[in-house]
Amino acid sequence: MSTSPTTIMDETTPTAQSVEVVMNPASPALDKSSRFNAPTIIDIDNVDFYYGQSKALHGINFPIKEKLVTAFIGPSGCGKSTLLRCLNRMNDLVDGTRIGAGSIKISGVDIYDPSVDVIELRKRVGMVFQKSNPFPKSIYENIVYGLRLQGINQKARLDETVERSLRGAALWDEVRDRLHTSALGLSGGQQQRLCIARAIAVEPEIILMDEPCSALDPIATVKVEELIHQLKQNYTIVIVTHNMQQAGRCSDITAFFYMGRLIEIDTTEKIFTNPSQRQTEDYISGRFG
Amino acid sequence: MTARTHPFQRKANLASFQERVVFWSLRAFTYIILLFGVCIFSIIIIKGAPTVFDSFRVTGSFPFISNDFLFTKPQTLHVFKYKGEIKQMAADDYYAFVGQTPAPPPAEIPTTPPAPAPDANAAPSGVAPVAPVAPAPPAIPVPILTTTGINPDDITEHETYSYAAGGIWPQIVGTVLLVIGSMTVALILGIFSAVYLSEYSKQGPFISAIRLAIVNLAGVPSIVFGLFGFGIFVLAFGWNVSLMAGWFTLAFMILPVIITASEESLRAVPQGFRQGSLALGATKWQTIWQNVLPYALPGILTSSVLGIARVAGETAPILFTAAYATSDKLPWEITITPDRLSSGALGYLEYPFLWIHDFVFHGVNALPYHIYVVSSKIPQNEYTERVQYGTAFVFLGVVMTIALASILLRTRLRNRLKW
Repeated sequence: MSTSPTTIMDETTPTAQSVEVVMNPASPALDKSSRFNAPTIIDIDNVDFYYGQSKALHGINFPIKEKLVTAFIGPSGCGKSTLLRCLNRMNDLVDGTRIGAGSIKISGVDIYDPSVDVIELRKRVGMVFQKSNPFPKSIYENIVYGLRLQGINQKARLDETVERSLRGAALWDEVRDRLHTSALGLSGGQQQRLCIARAIAVEPEIILMDEPCSALDPIATVKVEELIHQLKQNYTIVIVTHNMQQAGRCSDITAFFYMGRLIEIDTTEKIFTNPSQRQTEDYISGRFG
Repeated sequence: MTARTHPFQRKANLASFQERVVFWSLRAFTYIILLFGVCIFSIIIIKGAPTVFDSFRVTGSFPFISNDFLFTKPQTLHVFKYKGEIKQMAADDYYAFVGQTPAPPPAEIPTTPPAPAPDANAAPSGVAPVAPVAPAPPAIPVPILTTTGINPDDITEHETYSYAAGGIWPQIVGTVLLVIGSMTVALILGIFSAVYLSEYSKQGPFISAIRLAIVNLAGVPSIVFGLFGFGIFVLAFGWNVSLMAGWFTLAFMILPVIITASEESLRAVPQGFRQGSLALGATKWQTIWQNVLPYALPGILTSSVLGIARVAGETAPILFTAAYATSDKLPWEITITPDRLSSGALGYLEYPFLWIHDFVFHGVNALPYHIYVVSSKIPQNEYTERVQYGTAFVFLGVVMTIALASILLRTRLRNRLKW
């Protein structure tokens, strides 16, 4: 096991269970496909991203590994949310945004290729937003919204999905008796878990979470974090957070961004104990950001 | 003078004087406006309400009450003296009263037997001369009585006043039809273009220019819309003076208001609803149709309440496009003669289409146009006033009812779709 940031690990080599990430973007010689021993599901390859004329992301280059929790941290405006929203092309909704260079591949397919159906992409890459956004419908209708969009209306199938999703989001016991009441009657934390349940109802492979706990109180936050732990059994999770303790608690891999650049990506443990970059250390220790 | 002195002593100075002047002028202006409003409404109510409320009458059949002003057609008022007594009658009553004059007997060839030639020679015979046959008396005309036994000659000083009798049922019907139809057209067109402008189009100078043009349309005088409707719908499309032409003309007049308000309401729907839906794999249209429009609808309806009042109230746009001063048929009083159906067993299937066709291509009366006609197109006199104020009163009532209905609809929607 290498501790050197420049050591290359071959993906095919069976190694110890835990991820041994070692990557330093300052070392261009790295073969990024072999940095983790879990298979790569999202491959971010030298991405430049623009809002109109201003460049928001500069040559972002790293892989995201399957069934791990990857946390993006960094001060406001560092581009972490922008990158997250590139992964399911939610940035398409903003006029004047474009990928200037590079590509993002999910399971080997360039998601910005003209042949990609963005609807199918978003079914596979679910998203949970910073501000919980349950629709003003019943809890049940919130969960089955995605299924109904796909034309699935059989009651048995919907009922089954509702129960599975709510159990998956650790919400079933709290709401089983009031499935047909308005989702807006739930507490903030329950609403956020409902949004997670809604996202997993369409059976995505990847779940993107954009500061899912920033509007929640500590107790609700703990519940969502526990949920993230459970979910990583089945899903690849990418989470943007401002809360470094949260990143430390619930992620396997942490990427630190600053000013639109990836400064460092490594195992969470290493980032929080022994970061290789000075900026990372300053941010982690609260000297800025 | 109490010379209390402390640092916060109130002093009469320019600033405090100015403050009082401003306060009282603002207050005065506001209350003057209110006063005018109260005057206008009270005149209409005081003068108009009796027209409506005096017209109730008990009937023999089901609703047992009817109102001659609200539910009958306008008629000409006949004012005349009958045997020295002044009578006022609506045209129908007048003709029932007078009855029909029997057709004059067929003109006979005068068959007066030739007077026997006076035998001049026989006269001095001593016989008292036979009194000569009295020449026909200088024809005292036998009064020809009408079928109801009235001698037309007893009717004197007969004057007629158009529209002064009867009711305004066709006008009420026409206004309601115009409002419902034009709001439907305006909401459909307006919401679709607002959805395009705010959800689909790429924001840029071109779209801004379109938006500016639409907003400026709101400032175009309504008579110009009337001419536009006349040129396009009545003449170019060949719709003639009809409900259809009126609907579209009025709809175009309020489209700017509807589009602007709809865009506003769409913007007020939280972005989270759109993003949440899109992130679940919805298409843009699915998102808008299921998760944006329903929540924007209450706001859109709020603003269209203003549109209702405007559509109901405008006279100029319907002047050339939809309104008749009089028409003897209501839009649904349609007769479709069998010769208009194609022959063959399936010809009757055309019936509903012909019915709808006749309905929408039928001109109507309308309350504002009626007020205009009775107030300025016919000579004014004491008899027309009843109709003027009565119509204005009913008009206020109709607009308030429609507005109230849409407010109720909005409240229901809002309760159902609260967030």
